[in-house]
Amino acid sequence: MLNKRVRSVAEAVADVKDGATVMVGGFGTAGIPNELIEGLIEQGARDLVIVNNNAGNGDTGLAALLKTGRVRKIICSFPRQADSYVFDELYRAGKLELELVPQGNLAERIRAAGAGIGAFFTPTGYGTELAKNPDGGPKETREINGRMYVLEYPIYADVALIRAERGDVWGNLTYRKAARNFGPVMATGAKCTIATVHEFVELGQLDPENIVTPGIFVSRVVLVPRVATGAGGFKKEA
Amino acid sequence: MTYQRRTKDQLAVRVAEDMPDGAYVNLGIGMPTLVANHIGGGREIILHSENGILGMGPAPRAGEEDYDLINAGKQPVTLLAGGAFFHHSDSFAMMRGGHLDICVLGAFQVSATGDLANWSTGEPGSIPAVGGAMDLAIGAKQTWVMMDLLTKKGESKLVRECTYPLTGIGCVSRVYSDLATFECSPQGLKLIDKVEGLELAELERLVGLPIRT
Repeated sequence: MLNKRVRSVAEAVADVKDGATVMVGGFGTAGIPNELIEGLIEQGARDLVIVNNNAGNGDTGLAALLKTGRVRKIICSFPRQADSYVFDELYRAGKLELELVPQGNLAERIRAAGAGIGAFFTPTGYGTELAKNPDGGPKETREINGRMYVLEYPIYADVALIRAERGDVWGNLTYRKAARNFGPVMATGAKCTIATVHEFVELGQLDPENIVTPGIFVSRVVLVPRVATGAGGFKKEA
Repeated sequence: MTYQRRTKDQLAVRVAEDMPDGAYVNLGIGMPTLVANHIGGGREIILHSENGILGMGPAPRAGEEDYDLINAGKQPVTLLAGGAFFHHSDSFAMMRGGHLDICVLGAFQVSATGDLANWSTGEPGSIPAVGGAMDLAIGAKQTWVMMDLLTKKGESKLVRECTYPLTGIGCVSRVYSDLATFECSPQGLKLIDKVEGLELAELERLVGLPIRT
């Protein structure tokens, strides 16, 4: 019988290897799989490449992982935030490589990985500094029907860590509000997708019309207690 | 003649006036966010947020914040009846695919032909961050900029050519500023309106570029 439920976070992340590319869901603090990140810190994998929209808030979650020094590179769209001081310090010290990607290109490059697309032409970033490769050379461009496009390649990952709301043993998932963000697309783009849920339900209990991530994209599901998402990423007014 | 600058709220009112009912609109971080406060009762503008929301409503009452329901600036918001959640690649398909009617962005500089610079000042040592700015700038049917016309040093932010790193080329169609509203096109700047008492010659002097009327 197909059963993707694993008993603990530790078991869920046990086989993440050194040098792995790890997608981490979330936008700001919404949808950040804090328990899985904490599990990864405990597990100890190093030399990691992290893919997330941001680069951590405060001292917890992704910021705590960065602080361990086990992340070699981060691929993201918006590292600098009011409370991204852990990232800022590592980046300024030259201890963390950054690949800055326009947010829509980030989402689409992940989607391409999951959808078997070899590369794609996008108008986003054409004529800008972000239409350059990390080595500084220009990315390939092409005029198509009178408009200029940049060739972008997929971002493949070994592991995706995502936070969902409800799930079942087949790995079907639903999400909560705007905490959905990168979860569904990252689930498609990794060889092994690990999701936390706050509620485990029997097969058939999720309305099949409303399953957001079908279980085929999910390898492991682990139940974690519900904790209200905290604020982060902006200046609090006094 | 003397003239008065539009306040930020007056500018937000001016931008909101030009949005047709039923428009799908994305408001960028910063000054554009103010526009949401000036979409009057009885008007229906559907706000998009890049992190997967259509039908975004105003900030919640104190004590009712839910940080799974935030805007692009990570601040708590609400969802209107009829609102929807979706994932990131759908959200950016809405932008890049030309489904949004209008996006309103802040800017460091805009060129007379509509090039936009709003993500980086290019200063050495600064940490770059782009977010959804490049996708929004080139994706919406119309990209509007909302900004003060002059820097604190009195230099025009409307320029012949941007000196800051570009966000997009030829993507801005209108600039709403504290002193005047402009159309940008391959033909250069055209005046839409200006504050009372401001002479065209004075406006051209401030901007340093010809302005068609």
